[in-house]
Amino acid sequence: MSTVSMREALRQAIDEEMARDERVFLMGEEVAQYQGAYKVSQGLLQKYGEKRILDTPIAEAGFAGIGVGAAMVGLRPIVEFMTWNFSLVAYDQIVNNAAKMLSMSGGNFHVPIVFRGPGGAAHNLGATHSQALESIYAHIPGLKVVMPSNCEDAKGLLKTSIRDENPVIFIESEVMYGEKGEIPDGEYTIPLGVGKIRREGKDVTIVSWSKTLAHVTTKAVDQLALEGIDVELIDPRTIKPMDMDLIVESVKKTNRMVIVEEGWPFAGVGAQISHDVMKRAFDYLDAPIERVTQEDVPLPYAHNLELASLPSVEKVVRAVKNVLYVS
Amino acid sequence: MAVAVKMPKLSDTMTEGVILKWLRNEGDKIKQGDIIVEIESDKADMELEAFDTGVLRKIVVPAGGKAPIGSLIAVIGEAGEDISSILQAAPAPAKAEPQRSSSPEPAPRAVSVAAPAPVFPQPVEQPIDGRLKASPLAKRLATEHRLNLQSIPGSGPLGRVIKRDIEAALSGKTSSRSPIAVKPGTTEEVILSPIRKTIAARMAESKQTAPHFYVTIEIDMEPAMAFRTQLNNVFEAKISFTDIIAKGCASALMLHPQVNGTFLGDKVRRHHYVHIGVAVALEDGLVTPIVRNCEQKGIGIINQELRDLVDRARTRKLKPDEYQGATFTISNLGMFGVDEFAAIVNPPESAILAVGAIVEKPVVKNGQIAVGHTMRVTLSSDHRIIDGVIAAKFLQDLKKMIENPASLVSIT
Amino acid sequence: MNEPITALKQPKTHSRLLGLSKETLLAWYDEMLLSRRFEEKCAQLYQMGQIGGFCHLYNGQEAVATGSIHAGNPDDYVITAYRDHGPAISKGVDPKAIMAELLQKYTGTTKGKGGSMHLFDKQKNFLGGHAIVGAHIPLAAGVAFAIKYRNERKVCFCYMGDGATNIGSFHEALNMASLWKLPVIYVIENNRYGMGTSVERASAVEDLWKKALAYDMRHDVLEGHDVLEVYRAAKAAVEHARKTYEPSLLEIRTYRYRGHSQSDPVHGHYRTKEEVEEERKRDPLTMFSDTLKAEKIINDEYLEIAEKRIKRIVEECVQFAESSPLPPAEELYKDVYFESEE
Repeated sequence: MSTVSMREALRQAIDEEMARDERVFLMGEEVAQYQGAYKVSQGLLQKYGEKRILDTPIAEAGFAGIGVGAAMVGLRPIVEFMTWNFSLVAYDQIVNNAAKMLSMSGGNFHVPIVFRGPGGAAHNLGATHSQALESIYAHIPGLKVVMPSNCEDAKGLLKTSIRDENPVIFIESEVMYGEKGEIPDGEYTIPLGVGKIRREGKDVTIVSWSKTLAHVTTKAVDQLALEGIDVELIDPRTIKPMDMDLIVESVKKTNRMVIVEEGWPFAGVGAQISHDVMKRAFDYLDAPIERVTQEDVPLPYAHNLELASLPSVEKVVRAVKNVLYVS
Repeated sequence: MAVAVKMPKLSDTMTEGVILKWLRNEGDKIKQGDIIVEIESDKADMELEAFDTGVLRKIVVPAGGKAPIGSLIAVIGEAGEDISSILQAAPAPAKAEPQRSSSPEPAPRAVSVAAPAPVFPQPVEQPIDGRLKASPLAKRLATEHRLNLQSIPGSGPLGRVIKRDIEAALSGKTSSRSPIAVKPGTTEEVILSPIRKTIAARMAESKQTAPHFYVTIEIDMEPAMAFRTQLNNVFEAKISFTDIIAKGCASALMLHPQVNGTFLGDKVRRHHYVHIGVAVALEDGLVTPIVRNCEQKGIGIINQELRDLVDRARTRKLKPDEYQGATFTISNLGMFGVDEFAAIVNPPESAILAVGAIVEKPVVKNGQIAVGHTMRVTLSSDHRIIDGVIAAKFLQDLKKMIENPASLVSIT
Repeated sequence: MNEPITALKQPKTHSRLLGLSKETLLAWYDEMLLSRRFEEKCAQLYQMGQIGGFCHLYNGQEAVATGSIHAGNPDDYVITAYRDHGPAISKGVDPKAIMAELLQKYTGTTKGKGGSMHLFDKQKNFLGGHAIVGAHIPLAAGVAFAIKYRNERKVCFCYMGDGATNIGSFHEALNMASLWKLPVIYVIENNRYGMGTSVERASAVEDLWKKALAYDMRHDVLEGHDVLEVYRAAKAAVEHARKTYEPSLLEIRTYRYRGHSQSDPVHGHYRTKEEVEEERKRDPLTMFSDTLKAEKIINDEYLEIAEKRIKRIVEECVQFAESSPLPPAEELYKDVYFESEE
């Protein structure tokens, strides 16, 4: 095992896959000469040259579409959005072209592309630069959505995503790029659609992912442990297809669930998980499922309002106690 | 060959068109590609070309006329050709082609929705409405452990029965919320369970509307005791006194159908069959499972059925026709040592028999004091339809039957 | 390269027929006639309700597809917007499969799941068939990117309407194609109307070829009624791209005889009957057959025979389509995710 930062882990994934398969290339704003807006692609231009590490103009729809076109005829592009907020400019290319090409073309053309970049809130960035958009991608048939919460998963999942024949939405977190974690040595991949139990427990199931898991939920879990509440914490790792079996099995054991996510509540990912668990584990539920989400408002600039809007340790603890009928 | 000219589909949402103007007349020669008619669709005014060459033999839908898409609007053919088959076959302005089943409405109207409140709305707590609330898990556990969910108080919000309430019920076997002794000097409030509420309403209604009177009789139980011993020596199933009393009531009620009536306001339904309800205590109330047609059933069958019914009554697994529809009820508090008591009639029945304990006491036999075993039963009756003499006569026959248990055995 | 290579004058190409063989010229005439009669049949079938949704017909623009696509090779790629029946036929996509696709059948180019606007054929390198205006333009640049990435010498033809030159994707793609030298042949089929809005009401610059100047891109403008002229201009662009990887923007001025789609009237709404009739005098089919007659390659009898031959082919397409099955229900869940064989 070695200790690396999240950005290093991601870089290793891209580097290894580019070395392994010459069809893989990276394009996005500032990925080449600038060495990456968040330094994820640092050093790759020097290693692979301009042909395979490309700086694009600020034209998300344009270069996302170029990626899709290249993938249709057999290349394997990695398209970086500087943040996932900007992906909205390219939403048409992702939804109407990447996601649907295989189906619309009756199986003629598939699109092995990875769209990646950081998503979610950081600090004081304001409403348009802080969005957690996984649900509007998970909603679209034809896309896969992946969200790692730690370095080991980040590298293994990105490698698998690059090898996947389908368009993959890979959402990182800028706040985590500098965080260190252990990764195995040598070649390893992690399959998509397989979640992980981060902590076994018997009192309540919590499902959480990405930065929210790493920064908020784990702290809440520790606090609850001090109060004698034993949480089973699940990290789905892939949002779509989601490892619902793992979650259902856990709820059958604990009889209660809280979902903690950064997205907005209406039609969010947690709403989908709630429904599936309700449907499959109805007779095992001792309390209604609770969600801790971002408030249903655009995220404000002022930090205190930001904190009030985002999931917090306190909100998680309260939700857990609600489902345990403990005051 | 004559061909039908049909109303074309000129837009994705069009369902019918209006003929604006025929540019050719009947009898005109038509070449393929000629514009022959102008049609108004739901989107625009369009021209229709002829797809065939011939003569415009017939205009079926004139200018100003409306026709659904696919219907016949004209016929092109050779001069003099017989076109009747086309005219007849065409489904005139009837339904549109089944392939293109568009909605009858034109373009969907945008539905305006009021803007939602800025704060994510929280569900409003509903007031208690008497509905049993239990988590799905609690329901399942109650079924698995054969507990009566109705009688378990819920400690969840709005009185919801939840897992820990089931666990408490299983371990403590009490219906109070705390398994430990109450603190003296304090009060606690117990929310009425649904079954309690029902009993409250019905008993109040009965007492307030039916004028009750009570007649008591004392029965010598020694013959019945001997009878029972004999039966239990032979048969495996253990006959109880309740079975004997039930059978006695059934036979006596057949002789006195006025006591076996259902009060219907302006009339009484006198049944010539007896469905006896036997009161069974539950943790938070009582229920009366019914043995139907007791007059036809032997004591053994009554025993068998009652066992099963009481069992299922306690686990809340009775079907509606097993606790509804009795013509008479028996209530027994003898197991608590109660000598006698007066029960409240179960509407719409007209009487109820309250059974006390079998008591060993001095009795007079053949002018001597001896040790005997007696039981006191009290008939509560609805005086609107039962008079004192009727009640007394019924009890007299009941006493006779129980004191002569051979009469309870089927002769025919 | 700041001036258009060809000014809008009468081309003098007829006399030499550009060195094309008789077989080629006759094949082109057949192809254009097939395209025309095929589209006429589509109009009929749409009005009878057998073709659903949207249907955009190519009548009047046949010379553009035939002339330009045959300036390339079978292994060059073609991608277009939704007026794609003509280009598909020119690219060699089986017209029976096209008709079946329009009639929603399983034997269609895309198993009945695409429809008129989404014809695809991987074997023929026909990449669709796209419905969002301008969204395919970056795709074409991406295909060209892959060509260059692999050091191949192919090109990608990208057709679009005049309206698409105003959307963001057009500009982003042209910029990157020129910046990175991607071998795309962008063909603007300027039929003067973006649906119902004329070019002069939609674009600040009416001479659409001028938009190439913003990207320092090789460009040309020509009348699209003469298939040989189209061929000449396209061939020059293709050869330039093969040599230098540099893209070109060709504005080809053409006209569509039918409305934007089948829901749109032929005239009266935004263009006059007189204008349509005037344009029909320059029918590319007639212009080409007149040329071939003048060069003594065909005569009227040949035209009649061709007419019958094409009519029979179209009938066969309809029969094939009508007798084909609808896609089965299970097909709904297929081709959503690509399952790799490993």
